[in-house]
Amino acid sequence: MKKLIELENLTKEFNGQVVLKGIHLDIHENEFMTLLGPSGCGKTTTLRIIGGFEEASAGEVLFDGIDISKLPPHKREINTVFQKYALFPHMNVHDNIAFGLKIKKMDKSIIDQKVLKILTLVGLENYGNRHISQLSGGQQQRVAIARALVNEPKVLLLDEPLGALDLKLRKAMQVELKNIQKEVGITFIYVTHDQEEALTMSDTIVVMNDGAIQQIGTPTDIYNEPENRFVAKFIGESNIVEGLFVKDFLVEFDGQQFVCVDKGFDEGQEVDIVLRPEDLDIVEVGQGKIEGVISSILFKGVHYEIMVETSERTYTVHTTDINEIGKKVNLDFWPEDIHVMEKMGTY
Amino acid sequence: MKQFRKLVTPYCLWLFLLTVVPMLLIVFYAFTEKGTAITTFSFTLENFTKFLDPIFVSVLFRSLKLGLLTTGVCFLVGYPIAYMIAKCKDTTQTILILLITIPTWINLLMRTYSWISILSNNGLLNKLFEAIGMNSVNMLYTDFAVIIGMVYNFLPFMILPIHASLTNMDKSLLEASQDLGASPIQTFFKITFRLSLSGVLTGITLVFLPSISAFVIPKMLGGGQYSLIGNFIEQQFITIGNWHFGSAVSLILAVFVIGLMALIFMAEKRTNNSVEEEEGGWLSNAKRKKVR
Repeated sequence: MKKLIELENLTKEFNGQVVLKGIHLDIHENEFMTLLGPSGCGKTTTLRIIGGFEEASAGEVLFDGIDISKLPPHKREINTVFQKYALFPHMNVHDNIAFGLKIKKMDKSIIDQKVLKILTLVGLENYGNRHISQLSGGQQQRVAIARALVNEPKVLLLDEPLGALDLKLRKAMQVELKNIQKEVGITFIYVTHDQEEALTMSDTIVVMNDGAIQQIGTPTDIYNEPENRFVAKFIGESNIVEGLFVKDFLVEFDGQQFVCVDKGFDEGQEVDIVLRPEDLDIVEVGQGKIEGVISSILFKGVHYEIMVETSERTYTVHTTDINEIGKKVNLDFWPEDIHVMEKMGTY
Repeated sequence: MKQFRKLVTPYCLWLFLLTVVPMLLIVFYAFTEKGTAITTFSFTLENFTKFLDPIFVSVLFRSLKLGLLTTGVCFLVGYPIAYMIAKCKDTTQTILILLITIPTWINLLMRTYSWISILSNNGLLNKLFEAIGMNSVNMLYTDFAVIIGMVYNFLPFMILPIHASLTNMDKSLLEASQDLGASPIQTFFKITFRLSLSGVLTGITLVFLPSISAFVIPKMLGGGQYSLIGNFIEQQFITIGNWHFGSAVSLILAVFVIGLMALIFMAEKRTNNSVEEEEGGWLSNAKRKKVR
């Protein structure tokens, strides 16, 4: 895939506070890329720099190989779906969507055609004459997407567009957004702090924290092979254990050695080890690897969240099996459930 | 809250005594003429027909013209000021708004007198002109002086509501407009100005209505020959003592004002309908809060 946007050493300071610490990022054509991270990690700033609403303190934004860092937003072939939609309150749905086309002085008949086509795409074909205030949150969301897409941008920026919707609608819109992206075949750059949203929709996830990129990868990579403690903690729940990398395919933690599938770390190196709660099994005493006692059980709907206290720490386990508090059990897991990561500062 | 409802009664009483009764008196005076005895009044429409004289009507129109001119200049001067203030940092905005409001704390007469000393033939401005080698200009007691005084007095009432509507505006709308390809100038006319219209209408109301009935400023800065409807009513009551005719003219002016208010209200309703839940101006915000 061709590179469409390249961020090179992007740095941003606000009043002496560094918000972005030299970001390097390649965004490809037709890619659904998500910038994921906690609030204040710099993801929105990155997006705003790409959109032209914020100027980087240093570094370059290349679009199709050309530096656009100094180009004002109205000259960029990029459109944005804003966090609170930013629909024009004095125009109806049709005029909102036609805004960009009218600026380009297109023919009225062409504009009407395009607006109708895009309204059909987002499933609002009969809403052209509706007033913005007469639309539900989900419908406003679609209008905002339609208004951006109708200009046929090469890149669509989306700044937490689903944040204001309720859970059910959000899930439906996630699927819908992904479908729209496939249908129009353009690059989406999506900002969110919701890891589940990122995992559902993205081709590529960029995990950010503290103004720096922590990991870039596909959803499966990010989930299964987190590169550090931050990523492991941020994406899904996890048990993070400090351990020792004995040699290739062998790690030591909680005073025992375990076979694993990781290699390439130094022998005797201190590492962090991730054990996902859903990868841990609770078995009868003597049949597993680590001994412990069940200290609490929480019902979470689909599964139970069970805390198992061992001599070293408390493990979180997700299981659908019924257990009882106070029972002595063993924890079991497979070699591939052990994920070894570089050790970094504690969070 | 029901048990507090009775607390409204004294307020209603005061309102009736201080506002409604005087108004009724004006209506009463307007439709009557003095009889032979002090206590006898008889119904008449003569006070109104008398006003139809072209001389009187032209006074009314001169007042309307002055009101329109004042409002127009206030808008042309006030909008850019409000816009620039709204662009400043929050703390700067507070200071600037304060500076604009402070003059209104000082008595109107004082402020108008100071304009006399600025505009008069040996006034501050003419001294300045002489200093740079220009001829002195006769400014006091001209239309120019009256307009200056009026604009100076009413400008804050134009700036404040426009500033309020501009600062209440969602900044992301401006970003969205630019994002969609509109240049900053296009964005101003298509979005910013359009969404500040309710503030503009409020400003127009606050300036136009008092300025058509103004009489102190025109009298002081325009000289005695400057006859406006306000001066005319004042004369009828104070100099001539014909309360009946004065009341009738007041009533005619009131009807005019109510008609204009209705027009402005309709215009505001139209813009508000299309801006609905969005930020409106001062008055419309207050109105909406009451409804909620």
